[in-house]
This record gives sequence, structure tokens and C-alpha cells, in this order.
Amino acid sequence: MPDRKTRLVTLMLTGLLAGPAFGASKILATSGAGSIEGAAGGGLVPWAVIGGYGSDGEWGAAASLGRVDVDDFRLGTASVLAGVHDRLEVSFAQQTLQVEPLDAVIEQHVYGVKTRVAGHLIYGRLPQLSFGLQHKVNQNPAIATDVLGANSASGTDTYIAASKLYLHALFERDLLLNGTLRYTDANQTGLLGFGNSGGEDPQLVGEASVGLFLNPNWAIGAEYRQKPDRLDAVDEDAWRDVFVAWFPNKRVSVVGAYADLGSIALWDDQQGWYLSVQITN
Amino acid sequence: MTRLITILIATTLLAACSTQPTEPDTTLYNRLGGQAGITTIVDNLLFEIGGNETLIGFFADTDIDRFREKLIEQLCEVSDGPCEYTGDSMAQVHADMDIDNRHFDALVTDLITAMTEAGVPTGAQNDLLARLVPMHDEVIHAEEHLNGDER
Repeated sequence: MPDRKTRLVTLMLTGLLAGPAFGASKILATSGAGSIEGAAGGGLVPWAVIGGYGSDGEWGAAASLGRVDVDDFRLGTASVLAGVHDRLEVSFAQQTLQVEPLDAVIEQHVYGVKTRVAGHLIYGRLPQLSFGLQHKVNQNPAIATDVLGANSASGTDTYIAASKLYLHALFERDLLLNGTLRYTDANQTGLLGFGNSGGEDPQLVGEASVGLFLNPNWAIGAEYRQKPDRLDAVDEDAWRDVFVAWFPNKRVSVVGAYADLGSIALWDDQQGWYLSVQITN
Repeated sequence: MTRLITILIATTLLAACSTQPTEPDTTLYNRLGGQAGITTIVDNLLFEIGGNETLIGFFADTDIDRFREKLIEQLCEVSDGPCEYTGDSMAQVHADMDIDNRHFDALVTDLITAMTEAGVPTGAQNDLLARLVPMHDEVIHAEEHLNGDER
């Protein structure tokens, strides 16, 4: 059921398609793709890249629609981001989780900021290093706090990410490696609230992505996202996926993936498809 | 999870198979199409730069014939062809131009287009870019490199 925010994002998607490019010098695909929490990344994992195609002295913007469809859940994401001088990224995502067996809906808003602190994705020896925050506000926390014993309806993840594109690295192809360390008290990324009966109880988790560019337009790869497992009532597993990404031009990118989300709340072995479309200015 | 690993291995193998086997003694120069291929790449690149607002300003006072000749020479040398680059160093060429990543990104984008239009296979494109991109620091920080040379 599209609500006002989803319609706003759709409007921005259309506007970006029609609008003038106000800076688009970055190399194709170095914008990254959309991700479930709104930050530029690979799908499940935020990368160190700054979203959009704005390079030094330029602005970039992007809007994304994403969908994860596993056995008992559907997660829809609508998000927008802006990148400034390839240095700073601000993002907003609205997530809508449909819990099909309960016919329930959980919504969450994610406000993100990310800044490149050192290095560059392609140039020089150092990988691009970025520091990011994701402030998450669960709009329907009753299941999490009243039933599952979560401590809070909102929380803030902090992360550092390192990304590097190694040219002509494997089978004569360019290889992207990304590692992200996240300090978080979110249960199932916050969709099941934050912390547990013991309080906030934040933990450090590791996330990783690998991608191989078959040519400038197509990449294949995989992602892994470690998750905390701190709710007493239910289990939480790491998430992983294998993906195919298509960058036909600097306006559009599409990511399709097969995702394994493990146990979510009462339901085990959640697997299914992920699809994300991003429009860039 | 086994299914995921199977898919990953299958796609990786697919990527491996889609790579053309290359003769060990074939130079990048040959894979770019030799002198004729490199000339086509450079001419395509000049055409792209001509339509690129981010870059065209740098060439207002450039002797394009000399630029074209030196660039062909440089790409020939970089790709292990039978040439010697006789132009100035990258720091000398780019000093006082205030080049930043926006310009470097734009040039890489135009070069990829130029190579694609010339029919250069992806592997050879990546090889040439991997040899040129390390010049980034000398181009962006040309003055520092020149000062370093003088000491």
C-alpha cells in the first residue's frame, strides 16, 4: 500500500529522470547501488562509496526502490540520498516489513549520513575509508518491545567502511572489495527494535562484499552481514546474498539477488529474492 | 546456504570461462590493435574530449596535433609497444592546471568510451586503465611532484 512517503520517493525518481544532471563525472558504477537502509552500497551492506555521480566540486543524488521477498516476509524500501563533492552523503529510507503469517506491518525510518575520511575507491593505494551513522526509528515497535523484549524503538548504528576497486585484478576483470564494521544495538536492523531486556547492549558486527565487474556495465558478487543475536525470545542469523548488478548508464542501476536471511522472529530459513532499482541524477 | 555457494561458484566459473584465453607472449599493445588500434583509440578520445564540458577548457591553447602524437606514443610505450614516449613528464604537462578527481574521472570515462568504440575487449581495457591510473597522483599533485624533482 503506497503511502505519502513512497509517493514522494516515486516523484523524486521521476524528477531525477527528467531533471538536468548537476554533476556526473564519477566513473560508471562507482556510485554503488541502493541498499536496504538507504546508504550507497551493495544491497545489504553499506559501502564506503558516496552515492550519486558527483565527483570533486559536484553534487549527486539518487532515489531507490527495493524489495526483499522471502518465505514469510516482504521488505519494501524507498530511499533517497544526496552526495556532496564525493565527500559527504545524506540519506533517508522508509522500510516497510510485511509479516505475512501475522498479517502485520512494521515500518521504520532510517536517517543516514556518511563521510569519506581517507583514500579513494580507485586512485592511490589506500582503500576509500568512510565513517557513517544510521539513526533508525521504528514506527511500529509494539511487537518488538511488548512481545519480544526489545529495550527501545529507536537506535543509532555507527560504522566504518573500507572499499577498493582493484583494476585488472581477477580474470582480467576489476574486483571490488568492501569491509564494514558496525556498532549496533538493532535487532534485525531495527525492524525488531533495539537492545534487549538487559538494556542497549550494542555489539560490533562485521559485514563484507565482493564484486567482480564482467564489463563496465555488469557485475556479480556476494555479500555477508553479521548480525547481533541478543533477543531472548527469538533467534537472529547473519544475512547473505549473491547478486547481479546492471549499470546500463549513469541514470539507472538494477540489482537482483538471491538472499538468505536465516531465522527472523518465529520463522526459520527465510530465503528469497531481492530486487532494487536506483535512478541517479 | 549450499545453494548460495553453488550459485556463487557457478557464476565465478562463468566469469572465468567468458574471459578469452590470451597468448602469454601477446603484448597489451597487440591487444589494443597495435599502432592502428591505438591511433583509433586516441582519435575517439579526442572526439569525446571535444564534447566534454568538464575537459574541453584545458585544451584551449593546446597544439592538438602534438598532443595526439605524444599520446599515441605514450599509450604505445605504456602497453609495451615498440615506442618511446618523448613528451614531458605527467607533472610537467599538468602543472598549474588545478586538476581534481572530477577531471580525472571525466577523462577515464571518455577513455573507456573511446576504447569501447574502438572494439577493445574488456580485459585489455582494464589492463590499460590499470597501467594509467597510477599516474593519478602525479597529475593531481603535479606541482608537488615538480618541486620534489627539483630538490
